[in-house]
Amino acid sequence: MDLILPILYTIVPAALIAATPLLLTAMGGLFSERSGVVNIGLEGLMVMGAFGGIIGTLFFDSLGFGAASAWMGILVAIVLGALFSLFHAVASITLRADQIVSGVALNFLAVGLTVYIVREVFDKGQTDTISSGARLFRINVPFLSEIPIIGPMLFSRVYATTYIAFLIAIVVWYVVFKTPFGLRLRSVGEHPMAADTMGINVNRMRYIGVMLSGAFAGSGGAVYAITTAGNFAGGTIVGQGFMALAALIFGKWHPFGAMGAAIFFGFAQALSISAQQIPGLANVPQVYMLILPYVLTILALAGFVGKAEPPKALNQPYEKGSR
Amino acid sequence: MKNVFKGNLTGVFVPLIAILFGFVAGAVIMLVSGNNPITAYGALISGIFGTPYDFGETLQRMTPLIFSGLAVAFAFRTGLLNIGVEGQLIVGWFTSVLVGIAIEAPMIIHLPLALLAGALAGALWGFVPGILKARFQVHEVIVTIMMNYIAMHVVNHFIRNYMIESGQRTAFVNDSASLSSEFLTNITNFSRLHWGFLVAVIACVIMWFILWKTKKGFELRSVGYNKHASSYAGMSVNMNIILSMSVSGAFAGVGGAMLGLGTYNYANILPSFTNYGFDGIAVALLGSSTSIGIFLSAFLFGGLKQGANNMQSQAGVAPELVEIIIALIIFFVASSYLIRWIYSRFQSKKEGK
Repeated sequence: MDLILPILYTIVPAALIAATPLLLTAMGGLFSERSGVVNIGLEGLMVMGAFGGIIGTLFFDSLGFGAASAWMGILVAIVLGALFSLFHAVASITLRADQIVSGVALNFLAVGLTVYIVREVFDKGQTDTISSGARLFRINVPFLSEIPIIGPMLFSRVYATTYIAFLIAIVVWYVVFKTPFGLRLRSVGEHPMAADTMGINVNRMRYIGVMLSGAFAGSGGAVYAITTAGNFAGGTIVGQGFMALAALIFGKWHPFGAMGAAIFFGFAQALSISAQQIPGLANVPQVYMLILPYVLTILALAGFVGKAEPPKALNQPYEKGSR
Repeated sequence: MKNVFKGNLTGVFVPLIAILFGFVAGAVIMLVSGNNPITAYGALISGIFGTPYDFGETLQRMTPLIFSGLAVAFAFRTGLLNIGVEGQLIVGWFTSVLVGIAIEAPMIIHLPLALLAGALAGALWGFVPGILKARFQVHEVIVTIMMNYIAMHVVNHFIRNYMIESGQRTAFVNDSASLSSEFLTNITNFSRLHWGFLVAVIACVIMWFILWKTKKGFELRSVGYNKHASSYAGMSVNMNIILSMSVSGAFAGVGGAMLGLGTYNYANILPSFTNYGFDGIAVALLGSSTSIGIFLSAFLFGGLKQGANNMQSQAGVAPELVEIIIALIIFFVASSYLIRWIYSRFQSKKEGK
């Protein structure tokens, strides 16, 4: 026990911090995919968010906003992500492009566009690092961090963004499953023609779904860039978007499922970094931890870990009057 | 949805308009960011055709793109979207280098063996999503994305722990397994052009032959057009899906071998994806999944990537502009509904007069 607890005290917060951007982005993917639009472009939206988050933070910090500038940066990322997702929305909803191809193009475009701008502005491949005054700090939650065992694990040295992300997941669950808006969103993703008959504007709901995915993925990218990376370059976001997509699928397109999957993937990530210090795990090659999330997602899809059923109308453009 | 390939005129028309739109959008971005698009595009073009070296490098760059394009197209003909070309290419690269280093044999045996090893590794990486699709109806897109990451991490693991020679890479492959050519290097002023280019041209012919001249190819395309009708006609849809993904993976694997046996002659630890696989989607899409189309669009994208260097050094434009143009071309091709709608408007107006 004496040996394990200190390890848990470092790994659990690290896992939660790694899970945060995945969770936020997976919530975005949930809105898009529940409305029937596949979003392979989550990765690109996260890139945009990371870019917006860092640029926003640098900008507001230079104006003297100090500690508030990181939050302003996240706000910039949310707006930028939502706007950028319009590319995907217009192509795949209005122009009936293949949703997967459009998402792939979105990923290319995000990296190309952001790095191009960074090179134009900073004359090098990466932005300046945000100053320590503008960064988010790891906090100890007053009172709760005093609780033995749970305190140091869950409420110490964690970013506020982590708690916000978990709250958001609960809100998303409520919105998607307990409100008329959520019912409409889901009906559009399951049976768009029936939804249309009931007077729901299918394409408008899908636009909202995709733009929400852009906003959430943008925030996810920004949180990652601001808390973990500190600056933005073409390689800041490498695969987190796809991992968020994996979390969404592994979580069976449900907010709490995705939350569990995100935490799990966060643990795999934290373990892959610090497994060397853990007795019993030190001899396990790092590669197993690295590929674990992906292998599990495949197994989940194949039905070995409970069948993951996508929304019925996923990946189908809606044409009025078609059968 | 109407078929993109129907009608020869629109078949060529859509990609050309998409390329035009892509370059116009690129020019607008340059204007907005205070660059001169005419100088930049001039530098881009001279960066492709300007010197024998540049042209040789362009051909070298398009070689793996041809393979990844063929891989995407082959699966696409059977109605499958293979996003996993990237991973299949990575395992093909690694395996071909492994065989290239570990085995001593005369070239006539060694080189085909190394290429075959790359093809088999890629085929295996394509077989997994294929069988999961056929057996469990799992969508191939998600599985292939996951397989990409597994490929990268597993290959990095093997190189890091067993094959590291200097820095981040393995030893060079034996000469008997190398596609490098002194002759081609000399006539292109020391570019990395290698015999793999010819292999790629042959592969284009092979794909055309399989798909259009064999019974199996007919089946594969038939499944792509209509699964249910094919099944009703007595074809095994599942077998064709598995076969298509495996062959697609084999093409991608040989594409990786082009890097491992030709361009670099070694494999290295990859910090991130090579992007050849993802570019293959663009190549196949722009080339309308035909052999000739793929060859031409691989040349376009290979040229863009090579010319981008010159564009940066002479016109001061960041090479990422090329990535933006490629992404926009994909958008425009994918949104061909728009282009065809404009085209049909244009046509009907003409007919009205």
